[in-house]
Amino acid sequence: MYDIAKIILGIIIFLAIATSPFWFNQATGQAEYMPDPVIYSKNIPGQEACVMPVDFMRSSHMDLLNEWRQTVVREGNRIFISPDGKEYRMSLTNTCMTCHPNKSEFCDKCHNFMAVTEPDCWNCHVQPKEAL
Amino acid sequence: MGIDRRKFLTLAGLTTFAALGKKVMGSSIEGQADSLPGSPTVKRWAMAIDMQKCRQHEGCRECTIVCHKIHNVPDFGNPKDEIKWIWKEDFEAAFPTQDHAYLPTELKEKPVIVLCNHCDNPPCVRVCPTKSTWKREDGIVMMDMHRCIGCRYCIAGCPYGSRSFNWRDPRPFIKEINPEYPTRSKGVVEKCTFCVDRLALGQPPACVEICPEKALIFGDINTPDSEIREILKTRHSIRRKPSLGTNPQVYYLV
Repeated sequence: MYDIAKIILGIIIFLAIATSPFWFNQATGQAEYMPDPVIYSKNIPGQEACVMPVDFMRSSHMDLLNEWRQTVVREGNRIFISPDGKEYRMSLTNTCMTCHPNKSEFCDKCHNFMAVTEPDCWNCHVQPKEAL
Repeated sequence: MGIDRRKFLTLAGLTTFAALGKKVMGSSIEGQADSLPGSPTVKRWAMAIDMQKCRQHEGCRECTIVCHKIHNVPDFGNPKDEIKWIWKEDFEAAFPTQDHAYLPTELKEKPVIVLCNHCDNPPCVRVCPTKSTWKREDGIVMMDMHRCIGCRYCIAGCPYGSRSFNWRDPRPFIKEINPEYPTRSKGVVEKCTFCVDRLALGQPPACVEICPEKALIFGDINTPDSEIREILKTRHSIRRKPSLGTNPQVYYLV
């Protein structure tokens, strides 16, 4: 193979440039932009805590919503019993969004950043009017 | 060599015999389960419509108005795209097989309330390729909008015209959105659900509650002393197109 040294060098330079944003973030310890969702919870008496622990909601809210959808529509069961034994009505608009009415800050901030705009919940489910 | 021909044949024969035995036993157990839904312990929602009371108020549309309002039913302002859950129909259109020239005029010329019949043998369910419509254990023919692909087979299958298709995004055509209930999106079929959401809260369907004449009677038809069973015992009732074998569960008291 001719010019092997030049080719290898070229590949190395290309890889360094292509991956530079990752190295930059690694070195500075912060990303250029991070979404900052406003986790706003209305104070509703008797509903001080979320239906599930915060860590679970952060990682698996989509699984919970899918399960709720399945249970309510297909199985006809509308009551959810949280780990601390409280009963909630399984409803996106009437339960989740009464506590967290700020969809644009609460949902959209991260979903838009991560380009997870696929769930089309709001084509049908009514989002609350945003007046905090 | 662990097995000779004689042993092999014996084992094969025994295996076949065991498999056959299991099949026979299994089918008899399934047969028992099949008879469950008809048994009186299971609820079966049904409706009776008192045509005598209803036809006294020809212009009354209270049931349609309240139903379409709470379920966010759009009004496209054009009969071709109309979305209907409960509405009034001419007698001869609702009961084509009952119609003849010498019927009493008050029966023949007054409109009839029609809605999804929540059939016991629903053709819409049979044709749905995604199982987005299905019959619940309590007899309600339910819709899952999340699964509907808008193929409209169910519309073709339903002999009562109870299903409507959203040709356009319905949101802009809803006068006042009820935030408690979702709207639909473009490309899904919708119909009456016997107010499953209200039944879950222990309330009767909205049309039954609002009717000023109390002409709609709703209840569990599997309970022998329920209101609907009592009224069906004493009054003559007809159903829409019963000869099709759909076994509709909306009864009309003539």
